[in-house]
Amino acid sequence: MSTRMQTPTQPAATELARPPEAGRKRRAVRLPEQTLARNVLITAVLALILFALSENFDPFTNLRLATVAYYFTALAGLTVLTGLNGQISLGHGALMAVGAYSTAILVGRSGLPLAAALAASAAITALVGVAVGAAASRLRGPYLAGATLAFAIGLPGLADKYPSAFGGENGLTVSPPTPPTSLGANFPLERWQAWISCACALIVFLVLANLLRSGVGRSFRAVRDDEVAAQLAGLNVARVQVLAFVVSSACAGLAGGALVVTTQLAAPGAFQLSLSLALLTGIVLGGLGSLTGALWGALALVYLPQWSDDIAHDFSLSTNVQSNLPLALYGIVLIVVIVAAPQGIQGALHGIVRRSRARLRKNPATQEGA
Amino acid sequence: MMKTRSRAMLGVASCLTAAALVASGCGSGGGSSTSPGITKTSVLIGSHQPLTGPAAPGYSEIAPAAKAFFQYVNAQGGVNGRKINLIYKDDGYNPTNTVTVVKQLVLQNKVFAIWGGLGTPTHTKVVDFLNSEKVPDLFVSSGCPCWDDGTKHPYTFGWQPNYTIEGKILGQYIKNNFAGKKVGVFYQDDDFGQGGLAGLKQQLGSQIVVAKPYQPTVTNVAPQITAIQKAGAQVLVDFTIPAFTALERLTSFKLGYKPQLAVSNVGIDPTTVGGLLKAFSKGKANTALIEGAITDAYLPSPTDTSNSWIQLFKKIHDQYDAKAPFDGNVEYGMASAYTFAQALKNAGKNPSRQDLVDAVEKGGFTGPGLVPFRYTKTQHGGFGGGQIATIKNGQIVTQGQPMVTDPGGGAITVSNMKQAQVGDNGVVKP
Repeated sequence: MSTRMQTPTQPAATELARPPEAGRKRRAVRLPEQTLARNVLITAVLALILFALSENFDPFTNLRLATVAYYFTALAGLTVLTGLNGQISLGHGALMAVGAYSTAILVGRSGLPLAAALAASAAITALVGVAVGAAASRLRGPYLAGATLAFAIGLPGLADKYPSAFGGENGLTVSPPTPPTSLGANFPLERWQAWISCACALIVFLVLANLLRSGVGRSFRAVRDDEVAAQLAGLNVARVQVLAFVVSSACAGLAGGALVVTTQLAAPGAFQLSLSLALLTGIVLGGLGSLTGALWGALALVYLPQWSDDIAHDFSLSTNVQSNLPLALYGIVLIVVIVAAPQGIQGALHGIVRRSRARLRKNPATQEGA
Repeated sequence: MMKTRSRAMLGVASCLTAAALVASGCGSGGGSSTSPGITKTSVLIGSHQPLTGPAAPGYSEIAPAAKAFFQYVNAQGGVNGRKINLIYKDDGYNPTNTVTVVKQLVLQNKVFAIWGGLGTPTHTKVVDFLNSEKVPDLFVSSGCPCWDDGTKHPYTFGWQPNYTIEGKILGQYIKNNFAGKKVGVFYQDDDFGQGGLAGLKQQLGSQIVVAKPYQPTVTNVAPQITAIQKAGAQVLVDFTIPAFTALERLTSFKLGYKPQLAVSNVGIDPTTVGGLLKAFSKGKANTALIEGAITDAYLPSPTDTSNSWIQLFKKIHDQYDAKAPFDGNVEYGMASAYTFAQALKNAGKNPSRQDLVDAVEKGGFTGPGLVPFRYTKTQHGGFGGGQIATIKNGQIVTQGQPMVTDPGGGAITVSNMKQAQVGDNGVVKP
């Protein structure tokens, strides 16, 4: 990928690389201007924060952290596809299933080391992504949504069709990952699961953050903004779209693998259509096309159902209301976000920061894209 | 920090805020005694139940019924002065959700024990976790033979008869009463159906001409039923959950297939199946479609109003759980809750988790059951048999005598246990 990143592409889109950081001398904290160095630094800081958090969390919160991390991994990939490349996918839940079953089979049956299995799962899912992406690049709008929707509904059915390979509805159970002995005998399993899941999320963050600032990222945006213009500028639109799908699929596959590490189970019940829809909801809530938005989305996906559950419990609502409340809450939050902050949580925060800065300087800030 | 212009810095800042948000969620530890979830005055227990999803019809009544029973016990002063608080969470019969809610119950709610976790495909995914955390996992609401292993899973106990035992008893009855007839089996494709099939095979051998599985998420079972019909099965045995008993009945009816029906105890509650038949056929079908079906019972029929247990359960139901119909599921929930209360009582004045497990292994429980339990140090399987019954006028009517056996190749013998009366064990007053 690094060779691709350096390939000089002629961006035809409105969004070019950010102008040189001239005239920003007042800044107290200065991040390195080179993209890779900057992103490595940010990732390292995030890793430290996550390390500190996981050390202080109780086991259940660590499991939550692992869940947020694998959701982030999937959402980051999807937000690149949908937000930056303009392709909608209702099939990412199924891609997560591909990664999950790959991990379960590679670890459970072939006894591959976990890291290798996770990498292989991402690669396998990327290959599936080539096929889906090739089909997707020929479809637009509702047809693309329909095709990926069919993928999301159809794929989990394979588990039932071949129960000897995929364990049917029962799924494949994986024994929990064992923390290395160097961490001590009493190292909590949940913290180790959180570390693995967070490592996946950080790798994806680092790769995508670099990719977005590279020629590849610009070509993604160019194709999203105007396919004809992108084509005139010499981009192979179909190839860019397939590439976006592949990158996105690899992330989904890795997320699926991290899910198996966290729940120790790959079963069709985890990858129903509702998962694909939840992922799409997550990126819209968080803010399309933004990696930080993907984090907000991941937090929302984990905590919204929890809160609605608590609410239902506190008001001792009937079971029927209780079990449908999370969905209703999703809907309400989604409507509120779209009406009040069309660019998602991240867009809203960004707007607040920009406005307050403008007020402070009595000087309108330069326009920045979402 | 928010003043910087860099979008990356904004990202870092948001992540920090997010981290703080997550961190704020964890701070509730609570007081710790020797075992979590138990104090001088209360004991907290948890359960995972299918309140929604394919197994919800009927089974969703079990946990509220158990809660009602505990409320009644609590109103009488609890068990050894402790009130029993049950929290049950919906897993939708979806194994992935089961993992999540059970970890939440154990790690966050810090329950003393799990009671009656429902389902074979669901509970098998948390057994290892519960045993590694040393959480008593009492009376799983499933007859999977997989609970019956005190060596591998010392903290897990079944309650209802092991499905293989059920299969053996049903199989023997069919062998004796339908000799030479071809038998077909329609079963759920997991340890539930496979366990039952194993018991049937032990008794019927080559008399079984066809066995077709289903996945509990499908909505069409016509391929399986057609295959069973084509194989010429004259007796059809269902190892199904209620929704699939109903689906099988309607499909057979449409195909004009009319075998002698036998259904596992878990899939025949007439109120539940009748309701489902009505719902699936938009009011056209009812319990007439299961009339004459053979099944087995290990609890008194909920319509047997002369039985002291049914009288007690009906009273509790009317007082605390009146919204639900009084059927086999409600009875199941209360009877299982009764055994839990008895185990807690036998565990002593200040029980640890281990004391509760020891109390069950010691055995000697009696209650509403028609047959004795099999609890020992190594056998964790629950009721050891059942009594053949038939559906007559939409009610379960037992016949003959209660039988007991083991899940292995052991003989099937007549049980000589006398059913206890309410109040015998001092767990609950009538």
